[in-house]
Amino acid sequence: MSALLSVCNLSVQINEQPILHHIHLELAPGKVHVLMGPNGAGKSTLGNVIMGNPACSVTEGSMFFNGSDLLGLSVDQRAKAGIFLSFQNPLEVPGISLFSFLKSAYELTRDTHVRLWQFRKQLSATLGDLALDESYLDRDLNVGFSGGEKKKAEILQMLTLSPKLAILDETDSGLDVDAVRTVSHGIARYMEDAGHTLLIITHSTRILESLHVDRVHILAEGHIVHEGDASLIDDVNAHGFERYLSRE
Amino acid sequence: MNGKTYLDEISHSRYDFRYDEDGYFKVDQGLNEDIILEISREKNDPEWMREFRLRSLEQYHRLSVPDWGPDISGLNIDNIVTYVRPKNAGMTPKWSDVPSEIRETFERLGIPQAERESLAGVGAQYDSELVYHNVREEVAAQGVIYTDLESALHGPCAEMIRTHFMHLVPSTDHKFAALHGAVWSGGSFVYVPRGVSVEIPLQSYFRLNAPGAGQFEHTLIIVDEGASLHFIEGCSAPKYNVANLHAGCVELYVEKNAHLRYSTIENWSKNMYNLNTKRAIVREGGVMEWVSGSFGSHVSYLYPTTILAGAKAQMNYTGITFAGAGQNLDTGMKVIHSAPDTASVIHAKSISKSGGISTYRSAVTVNPGAAGSKSTANCESLMLDSDSRSDTIPVMDIRTADADIGHEARIGRISSEAIFYLMSRGLSEEEARTRIVSGFADSVSKELPLEYAVEMNNLIRLEMKGTIG
Ligand SMILES: Nc1ncnc2c1ncn2[C@@H]1O[C@H](COP(=O)(O)OP(=O)(O)OP(=O)(O)O)[C@@H](O)[C@H]1O
Ligand SMILES: [Mg+2]
Repeated sequence: MSALLSVCNLSVQINEQPILHHIHLELAPGKVHVLMGPNGAGKSTLGNVIMGNPACSVTEGSMFFNGSDLLGLSVDQRAKAGIFLSFQNPLEVPGISLFSFLKSAYELTRDTHVRLWQFRKQLSATLGDLALDESYLDRDLNVGFSGGEKKKAEILQMLTLSPKLAILDETDSGLDVDAVRTVSHGIARYMEDAGHTLLIITHSTRILESLHVDRVHILAEGHIVHEGDASLIDDVNAHGFERYLSRE
Repeated sequence: MNGKTYLDEISHSRYDFRYDEDGYFKVDQGLNEDIILEISREKNDPEWMREFRLRSLEQYHRLSVPDWGPDISGLNIDNIVTYVRPKNAGMTPKWSDVPSEIRETFERLGIPQAERESLAGVGAQYDSELVYHNVREEVAAQGVIYTDLESALHGPCAEMIRTHFMHLVPSTDHKFAALHGAVWSGGSFVYVPRGVSVEIPLQSYFRLNAPGAGQFEHTLIIVDEGASLHFIEGCSAPKYNVANLHAGCVELYVEKNAHLRYSTIENWSKNMYNLNTKRAIVREGGVMEWVSGSFGSHVSYLYPTTILAGAKAQMNYTGITFAGAGQNLDTGMKVIHSAPDTASVIHAKSISKSGGISTYRSAVTVNPGAAGSKSTANCESLMLDSDSRSDTIPVMDIRTADADIGHEARIGRISSEAIFYLMSRGLSEEEARTRIVSGFADSVSKELPLEYAVEMNNLIRLEMKGTIG
């Protein structure tokens, strides 16, 4: 089966600083991939470069998504192609309500129009699943949201937009025990659709509990240093990343 | 600014006209007594008004153009005579004469053809006139007088007008106040009697096309003791005027325990010199609220001023300015605390783009008798690119020890991370920027009635269009 996303020999710089080196990564459609690695390894950078953050400049290599060359696509075109990034630190944007933002995003990524009340009804079910009060819809996007609420709002967006590929960048960090469970169920629900693919960046395993992990990738010092099946997670938990680090 | 207020500076201005290359500045070629008398006859002025116009004309000749703000040497003062001469020398404006930029704006705003023409000053009759009459009848039942100033001069409020007209903004104030005093024409008069609350906002929009309304309109509002009013001035759609000078005047009298909210959304054509003077006086326990959105114009000088003259009087100002390519908007506000326990709260925002210059000039004066007064100002500027400019020039003149004064100013840019965030959900770069800019303006649009908020948003969209190359 051909990959949904295939990253080939990708090198990336931020502010002229090399961050990622010769990355190879293949994400298979319908599968759950996990990306692990020490702090500062470049995990968020990888998520950002797939989404097209202009701060990350690609110095070599290629990325193909669903057969099309990602490097030629703007950020919004990538979103429309079906890529979603749940931000490690979602931004606060004053003056835009979560609802109107979601509505625009929904309409733009699907090239359709929705009725206000219908869309609200559709959202209210998802909000319930995420244990978020409906009043959050009328608040400014992420403004004054707690760390956990921001992460839940990201998952709300993911569930609403239903992208082909969702990259979750430490969505579980900062969540309390109950919230991890709630979010984890949300993610499991997302994966019920056979056409959905996940790349989960995480330092913990709790978020993975209700999921079947297909493949694990280890990123260290800007290199993919190891890949394997779900058992790799236990391995990392037991021994840390020590063995993957270069000894200079 | 040497701690002086802007008004001081104007009245101390010297006689230094700018000379242009073609020759020199000839004042008397512009306006003369004959023209003023002609206007006065045309308007059927009472005698005192005719005298007032002539006195103002003298002031106009004596005062010089301001030399402390944006350059207005491009304003051909010689031509003022052609702006104000009645019956405009055989000019019959046609819709096709309206600049295409403005026609397009009307179209995009979805304003019906008939209304567009009338807003552009080329139509004669339109539906809104009818709406205006209906509103007038409704408030008249409460004893409210809402009419054009010319008729009011001959009505039961004639004396009230004589004792209020250009008492807050005397024609000695500055050159364009003098010009206004000499040639004013059109505008609104509102009187709200004691204790009357006007529930519906009155909108001068409805009578924009009243005969004679133009670039020298005068608004006079008196809200009597314990009464309250929301007045909306100007129109949210762009005005098109044959002349490129606007020197209107707004005088607002807020009596004891009265409440006035005065909202404006102005959008002038981009060749306009907007030299408008707005002033309010607030008596004991009264509340004055300004909500102001300034779009368009080539150069603006606009500083709504409030005199808090009675104890516990309050002023609240919320305003936004948008300066795009070729625009130099010098706006701000001025407040004078002249009585104990008065309070002012200022929220000013400005946006500058494509080389636009936006200057916020404020003056807060606390007089010796104004113990226990409080003023807080918060200015935020958003610069959309590095070609644009944004300045904040606050002046404070505090003459009592017992005053609580705060001023905070911030200048910012749109964060590229925020754009990336919005784009990652499918918004185009232009859309993302527009949403962020509208979001910045949100605290102002929230203060406006819905239809005006929507139109302000549309104006921002229009300004943002085509920003991305
Ligand atoms: N704007 C920037 N300027 C300079 N260096 C940057 C910038 N952004 C990221 N980096 C650097 O790139 C490297 C990778 O950062 P990245 O955020 O991708 O790490 P990460 O693996 O996600 O770490 P964590 O687990 O802490 O989230 C780090 O050394 C970081 O300091
Ligand atoms: Mg990270």
